[in-house]
Amino acid sequence: MRTRQLELEIMRYDPEKDKAPWFQNYTVPCLEDWVILDAINYVKDNLDTTLAYRWSCHMMVCGSCGMMINGEPSLTCKTFIRDLPDKVRIEPLENFPIERDLVVVLDDVIQKLYQVQPYIIRKDDPPAKDKEYIQTPAALAKFKQLTMCINCMICYSACPQYGLNKKFIGPAALTMAHRYNRDSRDQGKSDRLNILADHDGVWDCSFVGACSEVCPKHVDPAAAIQQMKVDGALEFWKQKMGITGDKS
Amino acid sequence: MSRQPYIRPMSTTTWYMRNGRYKVYVLRELTSFLVMFYSFLMIFGLAALAASPERWNAFLASQQSTAMIIFHGLALLYFLFFQTFPWFKLAPKAMPVQVGEKKLPDSYIIIGHYVAWAVVSIFIFWLVGVI
Repeated sequence: MRTRQLELEIMRYDPEKDKAPWFQNYTVPCLEDWVILDAINYVKDNLDTTLAYRWSCHMMVCGSCGMMINGEPSLTCKTFIRDLPDKVRIEPLENFPIERDLVVVLDDVIQKLYQVQPYIIRKDDPPAKDKEYIQTPAALAKFKQLTMCINCMICYSACPQYGLNKKFIGPAALTMAHRYNRDSRDQGKSDRLNILADHDGVWDCSFVGACSEVCPKHVDPAAAIQQMKVDGALEFWKQKMGITGDKS
Repeated sequence: MSRQPYIRPMSTTTWYMRNGRYKVYVLRELTSFLVMFYSFLMIFGLAALAASPERWNAFLASQQSTAMIIFHGLALLYFLFFQTFPWFKLAPKAMPVQVGEKKLPDSYIIIGHYVAWAVVSIFIFWLVGVI
């Protein structure tokens, strides 16, 4: 197979030595069917063992290898060398603090995921051990797409609202909230309402739509957030008109 | 080993220059200035209508000058390209329709919006006596 010389310009940052990040260049002989992650692994294995970055599955499942590739947030395991020019700039995901080299600090969004209670909440008694919550295929179809999220946080990296205001709950966490609100087995919609309808919830989203464009799993967080705005507005008017309708 | 995460600054005034996607978004948001302009124009028009027939006729004449016709034409194009077309395209995201287990194709919802737009436009044209 043909090889191709790729100029990788990788952002480096060592918290113990550097005041600010800087770029280091590496020339990598790549095979045409390589993805960017292969090139970075080549650097780590053959050129520079000090390079720090996250990856695990190499197949778009674990969601840990997200980086800025020529300014575009993407999973490095799904970005093919053949689709890129000869010079590629690799940076850690935007909108996150840099821990070291290409590793970012994700504590903030992990905290936000906890905040939206992304699990099934039941108000009634737990079912007997030999029973289960029945769900029809039609009820599953209402949220199945949203379950595809792998928490790669690329959407946060693309979102200028999160970049400008770190209080914003943000695309992935809001999408998870919507996923459980839409789940016919869940009864926790009212528990999540305070966070979602708050200033830093869905109304901070101005529908730039970048999150959906960069999402590697086509979850479409922007759509989920707009649907939550519609749901939230309907809920508001229902309460105003005295119709108590928390039908989750 | 001490943690000292580095925070990359984000300019609050020029962030939208980062990529084409953000630029298009800002161009879309800039239509708010045109909305503001037309809101004031309507208030002036109503004030003229309330004042006297002469003032109202003068207001109408001012809107029919070549410069104003060109301005309205350009504003219409701007609205079309940065409001109508993108928002109609995005409509299926905000209001998906599920029939049974399947989602209704996006094109149905988008075409529905254009049809509704045409019906409302024809009604308004009929109301003001253009057709």
